[in-house]
Amino acid sequence: MEIRMEYYLIISTIMLFAGIYGFFTRRNLLAVLISVELMLNSVDINFAVFNRYLFPEAMEGFFFALFAIGVSAAETAVAIAIIINIYRNIRNIQVKKLGTMKH
Amino acid sequence: MNLLSLFVAIPLLMLLGLWLSREMNQIRAVMVTGASLLLALSFGLLAAYLGERAAGNTAEMLFMADTVWFAPLNIHYAVGVDGISVAMLLLSSLIVFTGVFASWKINPLPKEFFLWFCLLATGVYGFFISIDLFTMFMFYEIALIPMFLLIGIWGTGRKEYAAMKLTLMLMGGSALLLVGILGIYFNSGADGQHTMNLLEIAQAGLPLGAQRLFFPLTFIGFGVLGALFPFHTWSPDGHASAPTAVSMLHAGVLMKLGGYGCFRVAIYLMPEAAQELSWIFLILTGISVVYGAFSACVQTDLKYINAYSSVSHCGLVLFAILMLNQTAMTGAVLQMLSHGLMTALFFALIGMIYGRTHTRDIREMGGLMKIMPFLGVGYVIAGLASLGLPGLSGFVAEMTVFVGSFEHSDTFHRVLTLVATTSIVITAVYILRVVGKLLYGTVQNPQHLTLNDATWFERISVVTLIIAIAAIGMAPFWISNMIHGSLWPVIEQLTK
Amino acid sequence: MEYTLFILLLPLLTFFGLGLFGPKMKPCVAGIIGTVSLAIAAALAYFTAWDYFSAPRVDDVYATVVPFHVEWLHFTDKLHIDLGILLDPISVMMLVVITTVSLMVHIYSMGYMKGERGFQRYYAFLSLFSFSMLGLVVATNIFQTYIFWELVGVSSYLLIGFYYTKPEAVAASKKAFIVTRFADLGFLIGILLLSYFTKTFSFELLTSGDHSIFADAAGVTFLGGSVISWAVALVFIGCAGKSAMFPLHIWLPDAMEGPTPVSALIHAATMVVAGVYLVARLFPVYYFEAPEVLVMVAVVGAFTSLYAAVVACVQTDIKRVLAFSTISQIGFMMVALGVSGMEGHAGLGYMASMFHLFTHAMFKALLFLGAGAIIHAVHSNEMSHMGGLRRKMPITHITFLIACLAIAGIPPFSGFFSKDEILAACFEFSPVMGWTMSFIAALTAFYMFRLYYNIFWGKPAQHEHEPHEAPANMTVPLIVLAAITCIAGFIPFGHFITADGISYNIHLDWQVAGTSIVIACIAIGVATGMYRTGTSPVPGRLAERFRGVHTAAYHRFYIDEFYQFVTHKLIFGGISRPIAWFDRHVIDGAMNGLAWVAQKTSYAIRSLQSGQIQQYAFVFLLGTLIILVLVLYV
Repeated sequence: MEIRMEYYLIISTIMLFAGIYGFFTRRNLLAVLISVELMLNSVDINFAVFNRYLFPEAMEGFFFALFAIGVSAAETAVAIAIIINIYRNIRNIQVKKLGTMKH
Repeated sequence: MNLLSLFVAIPLLMLLGLWLSREMNQIRAVMVTGASLLLALSFGLLAAYLGERAAGNTAEMLFMADTVWFAPLNIHYAVGVDGISVAMLLLSSLIVFTGVFASWKINPLPKEFFLWFCLLATGVYGFFISIDLFTMFMFYEIALIPMFLLIGIWGTGRKEYAAMKLTLMLMGGSALLLVGILGIYFNSGADGQHTMNLLEIAQAGLPLGAQRLFFPLTFIGFGVLGALFPFHTWSPDGHASAPTAVSMLHAGVLMKLGGYGCFRVAIYLMPEAAQELSWIFLILTGISVVYGAFSACVQTDLKYINAYSSVSHCGLVLFAILMLNQTAMTGAVLQMLSHGLMTALFFALIGMIYGRTHTRDIREMGGLMKIMPFLGVGYVIAGLASLGLPGLSGFVAEMTVFVGSFEHSDTFHRVLTLVATTSIVITAVYILRVVGKLLYGTVQNPQHLTLNDATWFERISVVTLIIAIAAIGMAPFWISNMIHGSLWPVIEQLTK
Repeated sequence: MEYTLFILLLPLLTFFGLGLFGPKMKPCVAGIIGTVSLAIAAALAYFTAWDYFSAPRVDDVYATVVPFHVEWLHFTDKLHIDLGILLDPISVMMLVVITTVSLMVHIYSMGYMKGERGFQRYYAFLSLFSFSMLGLVVATNIFQTYIFWELVGVSSYLLIGFYYTKPEAVAASKKAFIVTRFADLGFLIGILLLSYFTKTFSFELLTSGDHSIFADAAGVTFLGGSVISWAVALVFIGCAGKSAMFPLHIWLPDAMEGPTPVSALIHAATMVVAGVYLVARLFPVYYFEAPEVLVMVAVVGAFTSLYAAVVACVQTDIKRVLAFSTISQIGFMMVALGVSGMEGHAGLGYMASMFHLFTHAMFKALLFLGAGAIIHAVHSNEMSHMGGLRRKMPITHITFLIACLAIAGIPPFSGFFSKDEILAACFEFSPVMGWTMSFIAALTAFYMFRLYYNIFWGKPAQHEHEPHEAPANMTVPLIVLAAITCIAGFIPFGHFITADGISYNIHLDWQVAGTSIVIACIAIGVATGMYRTGTSPVPGRLAERFRGVHTAAYHRFYIDEFYQFVTHKLIFGGISRPIAWFDRHVIDGAMNGLAWVAQKTSYAIRSLQSGQIQQYAFVFLLGTLIILVLVLYV
């Protein structure tokens, strides 16, 4: 059975919208972060797939995917550091409870 | 460096000096030196100006200097003075000088107070010497902002409310003003070369359509600062809450920025629209004159009385400017000078009395003449100047305004003048009411019996202002002629 | 005659000197400085009069001299306020009157005000007043008159309120200033109107009789009157305020709260006749351009005179009696001007008015100074605290009697001659006016002798200290003024001052004079019968019989109450308070309302800016989708 490009795209689309949905609805910062990761990963898949199927002789897509993974790792590290700090300060990482800076 | 730029440079140097000062005496030394220098410089400028005129220099503006500041928009740092600006600079210096002595014991944060005070002075001086619209507007804003902090931090009573109200209303005015200035800028210059220079704009003229649109904006914009009815309500609250020196500077000089701006920008640049639309503003200012005086009659707070009296007197300034003839305009400038000096004197004295009695309610005071004769006599003199006693400045200004306005050939204008003249009676009523209650009669509060009369630094402040008021009142011809002789460009514009 | 400038400068310099350095001086030094400086000014004024009237006449009139003249404030090329000195017969006469009375008052005050707190201040104010009043009479133009008019007003204010810890004095000074200020508004508007049409302030041009300067006003009318009539009528309102004509007279009786010498100087002899003086100064304008206003002057004068005479009959405060008597006598002067013509015999009223001004200044100052001596002795203003003083104060008694005879119009005292000329002029104008004024003259004689008998005759009242004669520095001025009162009537006044300037020989019209003497004698007789013993039941019974009129007259016909109502209820309560309320609640309310709306709106839309990234992202996505749909399908 031939694995067609659309199958990958369907998967990545589902992942993207799952991420968006999670980003909108989750109230826990960690869950929000995971949702963001999900969206990023879906994009990485797209990069790889397009490269592999449409421009097999080029490597930019793979590199870009790798680059994005690197950036997202850094971003996750920073985000988790922030979240841990927030947790240390107010013992909570629910989005709704973090309005102290607004007032 | 140009002579005029010194007026901006000295306050800036004072800022530097204050920044380096460590203790109260150093701060005072810096302030007194700077203020005296400014005063001396103003008199020097007056002498130099009169000398140039006597030598036959008939240029519109003297001591001009021009530096390109921001070329793409053709913004210049352009300065120059005529007789009116010289008079205003003299007024500002007198009030800055006396204001320093009036706030000799300011507390808390004296250094910060004087920092903002100097910045305010910078704005005021810069405004009066500028002949470039943008520079003028910039200095105008520089003068407004420190007000907020000066009232908000060092004020009394509902100071936060007052500071917020004053700043917001004046900012509202300057928003209109900015639109007006931009409108003038984009309609200036015949060959697509826009300019901000007042003289160039006036020479080329603005299209009538633009004038009709931007005259009201500019006039109201400046009019808010000149306490134009119905945009005057910042004045009672603002003045009542401000510390003494700030009230003095604000009522004495800052309100004059409004009148000066109306004259220099609105009328001078847009004469045709001024002629067409002056009737609306004449009615408003006519209301100001009578309305302010009537309101002052029933106030019980000394500062409110004086603030409403300022509404009435400043109304007369704008009223006279709008009469659009040479005599009335001379009267308007004289009235600015005279009102600036006497209202500063009033606020200085009120501050000194308040500092002793801790109340400004006239019902709680009485018989102060016996306890503090110096301040009492000062107050009576200020009052007499305010109600237009010959020999003091108020009379000269008011009579010039009335005679000038009545020379207008239109009946409407003459009838309005008659309405405005009734203010001299009402002024007498509220001034004598206060003098009678505050100074005469018997002492209301036995604790007041132990109070002291004025100290030496307070005396300097009061005496300087009284001398200036009497000097204008007794020998008005020199200053009146100087102002009268500087009005021809405007009159030429109006009769073009 | 440049030295006339010093007549003005000396009091001015004295004012500044005493005002600035007075508190450091001993009181008597300040008094001596003030008196000496005024004595020199008086000497100069006499010398001026001698110099002026001994100069030869030109075309049968005394030439007008302007020895000093500067431009003070420039308005337009034609309108400018000048300060100068204008000498003509009436201003020279006024110089003499003012300096004489002022000098007497200066000397008198050394005794009267001795030991008062603020003695130096008192002399400073007296000097200021003398300067202002002298400046007023020598004015070369109507605006200079206005300047000094205001200055005398303020000196009067300061002197009435001299005892500033006394609430009545403060109220009286305030009232005097505000009432005259209100009248001055009329004056100012009159000046504005007059100058707008004639393009000049100068008296010389206005009174030259040259009709052409009024040409611009031709045909301009307002409510049926020509505009020049309106202008001079408004100027007359100013005069009426200063000269206490009905209905602007209410300040003068209250002004008696000031020290008595001040009443003598300002509120009897000099300042209050400024209105008469100004009408006389502008007489040609009134006569040629606005004859109907001149009739109004006469009617107002006559009515005021009658009103004040009636009120004076029932007052019990001796200074009030004298104040109403002053109002009444000024009414006489106004009437005389109002009925006067211009040339020769027709100008009798003008001459009589000035003559009466002169004689009245002397004998009324004498009356006030005498009253001051009495008040000084008994420490009260009330008649009931006096009585039987003629033996204790002989000099005061004799001089007071001379003044009373003068004001009653008994020959050979000065008042007889001047009043007689006024009556003659009135009879020539109309018999009604003549008889009215004769009746008022009778009332005058009656109330003056009521006053006289109540003070000096009748039952002696009880006193804490035994009343005694005043010291020499108070009695000398009395004697001097009494001497002047005795001889002033024989001055050939018509030789110096007439309406058209041409010498005129006064001759007594014996029909009028005889009648007036008889009337005065009858009135004095009635007063003698009623008040001489102090025990006669007649006055009490009359008061009982005409209780309504008596009470109303005692309360000055409730004019003050009416003003009280107008100012406090109508102006303060009806205009000022509503305006103040309107300002705080409507205008300021609108501003606060704007701020309130802005704040509420911000709070309302604040939840949109929740700071929740998730919410922002959701809105963002939604927006993107909507735009996408719009782009694709529309």
